[in-house]
Amino acid sequence: MSVINVRQALNDAIREEMEKDESVIIMGCDVALRGGPFGVTLGLLDQFGEKRVRDTPISEPAFTGAGVGAAATGLRPIVEILYSDWLTLCTDQLVNMAAKMRYMFGGKVSMPLVVRAPFGAGGGVAAQHSQSFEAWFNHIPGLKVVAPITPYDVKGILKQAIRDDNPVMFFEHKRSYQIKGEVPDNEDYTIPFGKAVVRREGTDVSIISYSMMSIRAQKAAEELAEQGISCEVIDLRSILPLDYETVMSSIAKTNRVVVTQEANLRGGLASDIVAEIIDRGFDLLDAPPVRVGAPNVPMPYNSGLEKICIPSEENIIEAVHKVLSND
Amino acid sequence: MLLREPFVEITKTKKRGNLKMKISKETMAVLPDLKPLEAPKDLSKEKIEKILYNMCAIRAFDSRVKELWMANEIYGLAHSYVGAEAIGVGACEALEEADYISSTHRGHGHTLAKGAPIKQMMAELFGKYEGLNRGKGGSMHIADVDIGMLGATGIVGSGMPIALGAALSSDVLGRNTVSICFHGDGGTNQGVWHESLNLAAVWNLPVVFLIENNQYAIATKLGRVARETELYKRAAGYGIEGKVVDGFNVFDVYKTVKKAVDKARKGGGPTLIEARYMRILGHFVADDQHYRDPKEVDCCWEADPVLRIKDYLIESGIFTEKKVEQIENAAKQEVEDAIEYARNECTEPPAETLYDDIYANGEVIK
Repeated sequence: MSVINVRQALNDAIREEMEKDESVIIMGCDVALRGGPFGVTLGLLDQFGEKRVRDTPISEPAFTGAGVGAAATGLRPIVEILYSDWLTLCTDQLVNMAAKMRYMFGGKVSMPLVVRAPFGAGGGVAAQHSQSFEAWFNHIPGLKVVAPITPYDVKGILKQAIRDDNPVMFFEHKRSYQIKGEVPDNEDYTIPFGKAVVRREGTDVSIISYSMMSIRAQKAAEELAEQGISCEVIDLRSILPLDYETVMSSIAKTNRVVVTQEANLRGGLASDIVAEIIDRGFDLLDAPPVRVGAPNVPMPYNSGLEKICIPSEENIIEAVHKVLSND
Repeated sequence: MLLREPFVEITKTKKRGNLKMKISKETMAVLPDLKPLEAPKDLSKEKIEKILYNMCAIRAFDSRVKELWMANEIYGLAHSYVGAEAIGVGACEALEEADYISSTHRGHGHTLAKGAPIKQMMAELFGKYEGLNRGKGGSMHIADVDIGMLGATGIVGSGMPIALGAALSSDVLGRNTVSICFHGDGGTNQGVWHESLNLAAVWNLPVVFLIENNQYAIATKLGRVARETELYKRAAGYGIEGKVVDGFNVFDVYKTVKKAVDKARKGGGPTLIEARYMRILGHFVADDQHYRDPKEVDCCWEADPVLRIKDYLIESGIFTEKKVEQIENAAKQEVEDAIEYARNECTEPPAETLYDDIYANGEVIK
């Protein structure tokens, strides 16, 4: 085992898959010469050359669409969208083409495309660089959506995404690159989609989380433990498909659930998960589920206002108290 | 701005070739220079026969599709390729089997020209399980990736980067294939159109962007939404070659596309070709075109590409009148057989197939 950070985990995953399979390529703004806006792709150009590691013009629809066309004709492209907010620019190619081609064509095409999208809030980058759009893509049949957070998961899930024959939206939290964790040395492992992880076992409340919210949920659970409240923290890792088996078996034990997301609450994933929980196991619940998410506002620039808009440990703690007090 | 230009008499000019109608100055300005047909020397008689056959098949296919749609036998939307046969057939003739095309919402002609089986195409339009796309695509999403046809698309301009991506695969994998991206004048005003030209140019990819300039984006004439209507000139802005061809002339299309394809295959990068013609029928099969002057449509029939090639082949002595008739009848018969097949021999897709092919390898996520 070695301790590496998320940035290195991403880099290792891409490099290992490119070494293994010549059809894997990566393209996006500044991914080649500069090594990526967040340094994720450093060294890849030197190792694999400019045919497989490509700097693109700032033309998200064209280079994402090129990824779709390339995936349909034999490559396994990784497309990097510099900030996930700009998925808005290439959503046509992802939603109308990548997600639907196999179905529209009666199964006659493969679509092994990975779209890496740094997302999430923090750092004062304001309304156009802070958003979390995973719920948009969760809505689209034909896509897969993942959002791992630990170096181990990030590496294993990205490798799985590259090998998957479906279009995968890979949401990496842009405040996570320095997060460190253990990753096995010289082991070619992947992590299947649709398998959640129980980060902390507990008996009173289940906290459903993914990406940065799973870290906040674990911190909240530690603090709640000191108050004598036992929380089970589930890190979904994969959103579509979503491991409802693990979610429901946790709720069967705790009978209370808090669902968290970093995105603003309205129309978000937490609402969808709560609806599914009710469909699958209303009778298991001793209290109405509680959602944690950001207020429904564009992300403000001012750090004080921004803080209000990023769901925190305190918000999760409040939610846990609420779900416990609401019989 | 006038929506309809008043029609004024234009005397027949040498430049306009065989146009006999009175047409407006505006129409005159946007119609292609009708160049005399001349079969290129590199085309064998067999290939010329195939060209004629394909043009007649597309004409028959889309003429019958319109009737079948009107009779409620074909569901949804269908956009006719009637009048554009010279472009799809001329361009695809310049390709090898392993080459790729991306298409538009008006994709029947491209699909047929690239070599898709007519029976399965018709079955698809009938929504049948035996159709090319299992009855899940229909007219607007007809595709046959096995023969390099990367799909019709209902989003104008969205096929641009798809053809680019196929060219990227060719470049990375060293396959030496070329892609043609068919698109309309409407598509040229999408942002992704400009981006794709620039990206293909800067990466020097083997792709030919072929504008089927039919002068209309649904009901809006090009000149009302673009100041520069000579679309091939836009190539200069991306540092690539731009060409304009007579879109009613299959051999003119073939010759120019062939040059561009050969250049791309040799590493010469992309070309922008404007095949200029004018839409004859409506935007979709039931469009009554009330926004157009009927004289403009009559004028286009004078340049009917199927009529032109038939006349030429007979006049030049390449085929006898009887032979031309035989070829045309065979094409029509294949279409009739396809209709019979779709109507009588095919089945409705079972409800159990609803979740098939959303994901690879039979995976179902509900």
